[in-house]
Amino acid sequence: MSIYVLIFSYILLALTVILSLLAIHVKDLIAAVILMGGGSLLVSLVFLLLQAPDVAMSEAAIGAGLTMAIYIIAVKKTEREDKDD
Amino acid sequence: MIFYVSALLIIGIGIYAIIIKKNLMKIIIGLDLIETGINLLIVSIGYINGKTAPIFSKGVMDASRMVDSVPQALTLTSIVIGASELALAAAFVVLLYRKYGTLDVRKIRSLRW
Amino acid sequence: MIRKIVYGIFILIIVAAVSMFLMSYPFGSDKMDVGKYYLENTVPQTGAANVVTSVTLFYRGFDTLGEVTVLFTAALGVSIIYFIEDKKRKTRIVESNFVTKVGTRVVFPFILLVGAYIFMHGHLTPGGGFQGGALIATGFLLLYLAYEETSINRAKFYLVEGLGGLTYVTMGLLGYFMKDSFLANVLPNGQLFNLLSGGIILPIYIGVGLKVGSELSNIIDDLMCEVKCDGGEE
Repeated sequence: MSIYVLIFSYILLALTVILSLLAIHVKDLIAAVILMGGGSLLVSLVFLLLQAPDVAMSEAAIGAGLTMAIYIIAVKKTEREDKDD
Repeated sequence: MIFYVSALLIIGIGIYAIIIKKNLMKIIIGLDLIETGINLLIVSIGYINGKTAPIFSKGVMDASRMVDSVPQALTLTSIVIGASELALAAAFVVLLYRKYGTLDVRKIRSLRW
Repeated sequence: MIRKIVYGIFILIIVAAVSMFLMSYPFGSDKMDVGKYYLENTVPQTGAANVVTSVTLFYRGFDTLGEVTVLFTAALGVSIIYFIEDKKRKTRIVESNFVTKVGTRVVFPFILLVGAYIFMHGHLTPGGGFQGGALIATGFLLLYLAYEETSINRAKFYLVEGLGGLTYVTMGLLGYFMKDSFLANVLPNGQLFNLLSGGIILPIYIGVGLKVGSELSNIIDDLMCEVKCDGGEE
């Protein structure tokens, strides 16, 4: 990898770790689900930089698309706030 | 090297969420984080410096300039199976809320007897 | 509070120990063993241009049959949990505005077209059955979000899903009776970069794409059901 691609992937990986730390800490459950969907999208970009286009397409369509929609439907049918702990 | 450390950190955050948190939706978010971390680890082990994607085309017809293709095939299967198991878990969470009225793990355990 | 700090330090120690073990695989070095055989022998033996597709469906086709079974079992589980009668079903979660309604009517056929393109060209470009099926299910999700009185015909979707799975097993049994083993190559290889090439990869991926698309649409239809499901809940 050239030096610019390496720095770009370092920034993407640091953002992914920060987003997943925030996702288990916030109290609003819809905000937690959206932060996790954003982390999944950034991981899909990292897959593309590691020369794997099949895996990137699969992670973007299934991980950041369908899974997030199913979680938002599940949160809408239960409580929206995290009152425990 | 940073790729290995950040994939292991994402797995560690997911395990922490399963042990400590008491809300059922946060536990399911932890399960999804573990799956994402494992997929990132497997694909980044199969990367070789200076080579390109494993697809033949009119510009690249040389098999010695391509990245390893076996980890990518395994990761495809793993992503689809992870998504289907999490859809089933979300359906269970909605059913539990309808029956017990709360999403706290401690209260659901104590209502057993 | 003490519990959280102790567990956090424990997990950090485990992460450091495992990354120390991974030092023996330096990042970016050449460690291919079986992969070299697959890269060199794909074009003579298969005729497909996408190496990842030929590894998934040709050299390791039995594991993909197991994955299709796991998807089928998960969809079956969700259907059993939410079993209601058809005439008490009503789906309405959110009211959408004018832009969503008109835009969906324009975009929905193109989403189905792109999904079908992706699973038909699985052996030439990056893609395949699972990605195309997920795109088709996302198109149906958009239709649910835009219009209130949407309800898909579940009997026809079950029929399409069953035919897709039957195609996979039939191609395997054809290989068993005409040659020597399950899922052997019975169709001609064809010429490289043509659409009709690649042996048994093209019919199997068409079956898998239709099956995954209708299965995920059925799961979304189960989860979207509302008020009159089993007597009064919001």
